[in-house]
Amino acid sequence: MPDTLDFEEPLLELETRIAELQALDDPAQREEIGKLEERLQRLRQKVFSSLTAWQTTQVARHPRRPHTRDFCKLLFEDFIELHGDRLFGDDPAIVAGLARFENQSVVVIGHQKGRETREKISRNFGMPHPEGYRKALRLMQLAEKFRKPIITFIDTPGAYPGIAAEERGQAEAIARNLREMSALRVPVVAVVTGEGGSGGALAIGVGNRVLMLRYAVYSVISPEGCAAILWGDAAKASEAAEIMKITATDLQRLGVIDEVVPEPAGGAHRDWDVTALNLKAVLADHLRALRGKTEAALVNERYERFRRIGAFEEEFRPSA
Amino acid sequence: MVWFRRKDEAAEAKGKKVVIAEGLWIKCDSCKEIVYRAEVERAGRVCPKCRYAFRITAHERIAHLIDHGTFEERDTAVVPGDPLGFKDTKRYRDRVRAARDKTGTTEAVVTGVGRLAGFPVVLAAFEFAYLGGSMGSAVGEKLTRMIELAIAKHLPVIIVSASGGARMQEGILSLMQMAKTSAALQRLGEQGLPFISLLTDPTTGGVTASFAMLGDVILAEPRALIGFAGPRVIAETIRQPLPEGFQRSEFLLEHGQLDLIVERGQLRDTLRRLLAFFADQPTSG
Repeated sequence: MPDTLDFEEPLLELETRIAELQALDDPAQREEIGKLEERLQRLRQKVFSSLTAWQTTQVARHPRRPHTRDFCKLLFEDFIELHGDRLFGDDPAIVAGLARFENQSVVVIGHQKGRETREKISRNFGMPHPEGYRKALRLMQLAEKFRKPIITFIDTPGAYPGIAAEERGQAEAIARNLREMSALRVPVVAVVTGEGGSGGALAIGVGNRVLMLRYAVYSVISPEGCAAILWGDAAKASEAAEIMKITATDLQRLGVIDEVVPEPAGGAHRDWDVTALNLKAVLADHLRALRGKTEAALVNERYERFRRIGAFEEEFRPSA
Repeated sequence: MVWFRRKDEAAEAKGKKVVIAEGLWIKCDSCKEIVYRAEVERAGRVCPKCRYAFRITAHERIAHLIDHGTFEERDTAVVPGDPLGFKDTKRYRDRVRAARDKTGTTEAVVTGVGRLAGFPVVLAAFEFAYLGGSMGSAVGEKLTRMIELAIAKHLPVIIVSASGGARMQEGILSLMQMAKTSAALQRLGEQGLPFISLLTDPTTGGVTASFAMLGDVILAEPRALIGFAGPRVIAETIRQPLPEGFQRSEFLLEHGQLDLIVERGQLRDTLRRLLAFFADQPTSG
């Protein structure tokens, strides 16, 4: 398997041994297989309960990790993808559409990375241009008009840094989304499913609730970018990942996310169905909690949620 | 001219301080021409050759724009924490202390209330020399409080940006300040209060991608670097040389990203006319 991460290798070795023994179809080996499977489970628990931030980043970026379109298939019924920003074009790095979730109409928006080389390129590795963010906003406004909740999936290395993106107002597109999302009169639940890359992630992330898969990451700059700035060496990304505090547990502690969605041991890429079931349950809970709220409460609570975030000091100044 | 440039390059090659920058002559940061310092100062720190407006401090900016003696600074006590216990080659706390000593400001933005040509305004000016004008939690908090103050006092908001973007040393919390400040501006707008955004050299990253591009009117000084991604990141990503003038104010104007480019000498008067318009008063002199 070409997609194996280095810390997954001991697990893969055991899996291969088990598969070989199973192939023998020898009843005498049954006990041995059972032992190996137990060992595999223990080892997997051990490896995945103590992943470093950098290892977590690699899991978050794993090419076989479920992407937005996979989640659309796994979580929703009757997904209808809609296209285009009505201004310039259609950005394949953002997927957006209408769907049914738990017998309720919802609007779904998410970054879309590709899986095979050709699709990766056509999706620009999940890095949107301004028209992607404008398509997202168009669908959010559609959701608001028809009083439908919004679910977003965050999975991007970041907004694309290119000439055309700058010409068409990448910064303005992101900024406008931040402002407009803050005032949406419908429930918004954002889920960081993979890589939450800076402003390009936040541009669809201003939710009443922000959830995060266990092995997703969310950061102000990529570990490689951070390392390049701090030490002039992108290879020190693992150190940068550690000091930036980018994992779901770190971000929950910092008050940036509301709930960590468990992933199967071994990561979402090892079992899409279990991942989707976990996410479905948590999403349903939050949407249910938000459904009863008034429009004013939704807007105010979302404002207050982001208003509170930050850690600064206030120096004591004795008044003169 | 050639004579000066050679001397300049030789000095740089030896890693010494460029002597001419301290003397009668100074090199323009934008067109690289050597120009007479007194002439630059007389023009309000503007290059006589290319009209580039030199970077100035937050307090110089305030002195230039706000009526003398009317500025009341707010929230000077709101200062950076160190939520991540961040340390790279230096500790974040030490960087903060050094920035404070160097600039004399307690954060990368100075906020307050004052009058501009008689019009009461809430104004923020970024201090680029303080950690690259970067936005961390305290900057986001100061801006948000000032916007909330404008809402309470029913005043227009002016923000003069000069920033490299979100502050890396506060990680995700810096990123979240983009949402916080943008949301505050949404509320300002709902009250029918104007926000005038002035972009100065340089304005990039998370500052551009939040409040800076949300002005009801967006102004820029000539030849300022303005963009989402920094030019080096873009050049590395696309592996191509960048076009001439890329991400300068004139480029943004041409692409419909801002309203007006205003020379520093005209800035105060332009702001006065805009404030008069929003106050429903005659905008001529």
